[in-house]
Amino acid sequence: MSEKSAGYLDMELLRFTTAGSVDDGKSTLIGRLLYDSKAIFEDQMEAIEISSKKRGDEEVDLALLTDGLRAEREQGITIDVAYRYFATPKRKFIIADTPGHIQYTRNMVTGASTANAALILVDARNGVIEQTLRHSYIANLLQIPHIIVCINKMDLVDFSQETYERIKADYQKMVVDKLNIKDVCFIPISAKLGDNVVDASTKMDWYSGTPLLDLLENIKIVDDRNHGDSRLPVQYVIRPQSDEFHDYRGYAGRVASGVFHPGDKVRILPSGIETTIEAIDSFTGEQEVAFTPQSVTLRLSDNIDISRGDMIVDANNVPNVSQEFEAMLCWMNERAMMPRGKYTIKHTTNETRCMIRDVKFKVNVDTLDEVADDKVVALNDIACVSFKAAKPLFFDSYKKNRLTGSFILIDEGTNETVAAGMIL
Amino acid sequence: MKEYNINHLRELEAESIFVIREVAAQFENPVMLFSGGKDSIIMFHLARKAFAPAKVPFPMMHIDTGHNFAETIEFRDMLMEKTGTRIIVRYVQDSIDQGKVAEETGFNASRNKLQTITLLDGIEDLKVDCAMGGGRRDEEKARAKERFFSHRDEFGQWDPKNQRPELWNLFNGKKHMGEHFRVFPISNWTEMDVWQYIYLENIEIPNLYFSHEREVFQRDGTLLAKSDCIPMRPGEKTEKRIVRFRTIGDATCTGAVESEAHSLEEIIEEVAATRTTERGTRADDRRSEAAMEDRKKEGYF
Ligand SMILES: Nc1nc2c(ncn2[C@@H]2O[C@H](COP(=O)(O)OP(=O)(O)O)[C@@H](O)[C@H]2O)c(=O)[nH]1
Ligand SMILES: [Mg+2]
Repeated sequence: MSEKSAGYLDMELLRFTTAGSVDDGKSTLIGRLLYDSKAIFEDQMEAIEISSKKRGDEEVDLALLTDGLRAEREQGITIDVAYRYFATPKRKFIIADTPGHIQYTRNMVTGASTANAALILVDARNGVIEQTLRHSYIANLLQIPHIIVCINKMDLVDFSQETYERIKADYQKMVVDKLNIKDVCFIPISAKLGDNVVDASTKMDWYSGTPLLDLLENIKIVDDRNHGDSRLPVQYVIRPQSDEFHDYRGYAGRVASGVFHPGDKVRILPSGIETTIEAIDSFTGEQEVAFTPQSVTLRLSDNIDISRGDMIVDANNVPNVSQEFEAMLCWMNERAMMPRGKYTIKHTTNETRCMIRDVKFKVNVDTLDEVADDKVVALNDIACVSFKAAKPLFFDSYKKNRLTGSFILIDEGTNETVAAGMIL
Repeated sequence: MKEYNINHLRELEAESIFVIREVAAQFENPVMLFSGGKDSIIMFHLARKAFAPAKVPFPMMHIDTGHNFAETIEFRDMLMEKTGTRIIVRYVQDSIDQGKVAEETGFNASRNKLQTITLLDGIEDLKVDCAMGGGRRDEEKARAKERFFSHRDEFGQWDPKNQRPELWNLFNGKKHMGEHFRVFPISNWTEMDVWQYIYLENIEIPNLYFSHEREVFQRDGTLLAKSDCIPMRPGEKTEKRIVRFRTIGDATCTGAVESEAHSLEEIIEEVAATRTTERGTRADDRRSEAAMEDRKKEGYF
């Protein structure tokens, strides 16, 4: 059966995240996108109609569609990342709905880590505020390729072009110029009424751009992936130990970046041994090429000792190999970072211990200033930290490669994930 | 330059295979929960892909309520035999016989909730450190917040407010003795994705999913199949209808939908046009608005 035989099998996947302060309208916007793109079913709609009525609301509150957990319904706030799905004939979308509360910065970082695009919400009545700067900073730190600033609640400012232009200019000056953001665009919307979300607004003729959904359907995402630096972190070694596949050894993993072909010269890290790719195996036979984000199995020409955590890379383009590195760190745990503390580091499929050497500076995310003398890294802090690992890691800078440049730290006592790191 | 692009199903597939391989690499004694429903069938299919040409390196586990559609069990046994896969079956009936759980009584009695105890017992007895499930985030509101790697305390409970952050494709499966993980490799799939993938890969599924004639009766707006395990209320009458099932769980609470969809193409078209969620046909979720969240906290699938 050919993949082209049915049009709906030819959709792309786009992951995006939302950011904004409490009550800027994130949940309402997502509810609106789901509702207007007909991703909401009758029974879900009935359930939120009943809930809205119970709470004494006059209109159906679309935010209830995403505010899932009971505690949230009771307090009327979003407390964790919720994932939502909808599709149009062009694309399937995965939304990470992240809360706007200051203490929940870690959730935004979580949602942002896999996103292709970020929607940053601004309340048209308030304009650009400290939180906007913070959210944009995080989106940029996590290298989300596309940023869409949604200026929401336009209905409450009489759909005024002047207000929109002023906020846009402020954002340009206060955020874009400061952070050096590459791809940013602006849309005036009313999440509650639906203006410029799925359908073009009839009340803002002065806006010549497309509605939000159109934009999301057409952002080019293939180009955002790194197809240059071939890297495959070995995840699992496949050894069937059956008569039929007696000597079979396959190195399974997800291509982190770049492209592999049979015959390509590769280098194995950490051993440094060079060999060539014999074949790229899949369930249905050999394939001619493997590229990110595919999960594949490579067979090599030579019998080499390779295990999980090793990396297969282009022989002529190798990543950094070092025990020492610096990274931007987002602290995600209630217990602050221990100065010179030891943690488990998980980087690609590799895992080892590492030690915190020094806090170079912290970032004041409200002003974006670097603070040099404050060494305490606590929940939701972002800091530049230097590390020493117990064995060499194979990495690229996060700016070049989101998958070989990222890591998490794990507390060895509690086993919790305490920090997310982006290698400089 | 050539465009190195893959469609959404291939990307979901790659993600799920990555997650399943992580489980095999990070845990000592994982199992994959297998109910015979379409979600577990595609999860099993993905596992076969993940380790080919080797066999899947962990067993399947079925929590059998005893309230099955015969077709599901036949299908399960056929698939396991054909692929040479080991399956562990744990019976809710055993938990009842051992006095660990009390059977619900009355017309709406269901063993769906009792499964949790049988599952947790099985996990403890067999020293399972990770159970993969076919839960999808699009199924239900509480599931929308579930991680791929979901940590469970020594009582098997889920604490939705205290979940580990999950970033990039770095999955933290570290735990203390007695704790375990639930891992959901197809978290990001929707019902539509599942059907499209079954079509794309030509995956065999039980006939229950296709339109057929069956004796059914109406209860609380749901069409239930006539079965020995559902006592009928006075006044309830069965009749023959042309139906199919969108999910096939416990026969006592899985509703049928009237449908003429005989092929995968027709099912996909029907799913695209349908206006209720698939869980809308499950009586267990309709018990209360927060029903799923409560069951999940206790350790349900
Ligand atoms: N008038 C108006 N109200 C809005 C709009 N978007 C959201 N709201 C209201 O703002 C409040 C907060 O919205 P919500 O989506 O919960 O915000 P969140 O905290 O960012 O998720 C709710 O009462 C919404 O009805 C809008 O475009 N116009
Ligand atoms: Mg919200």
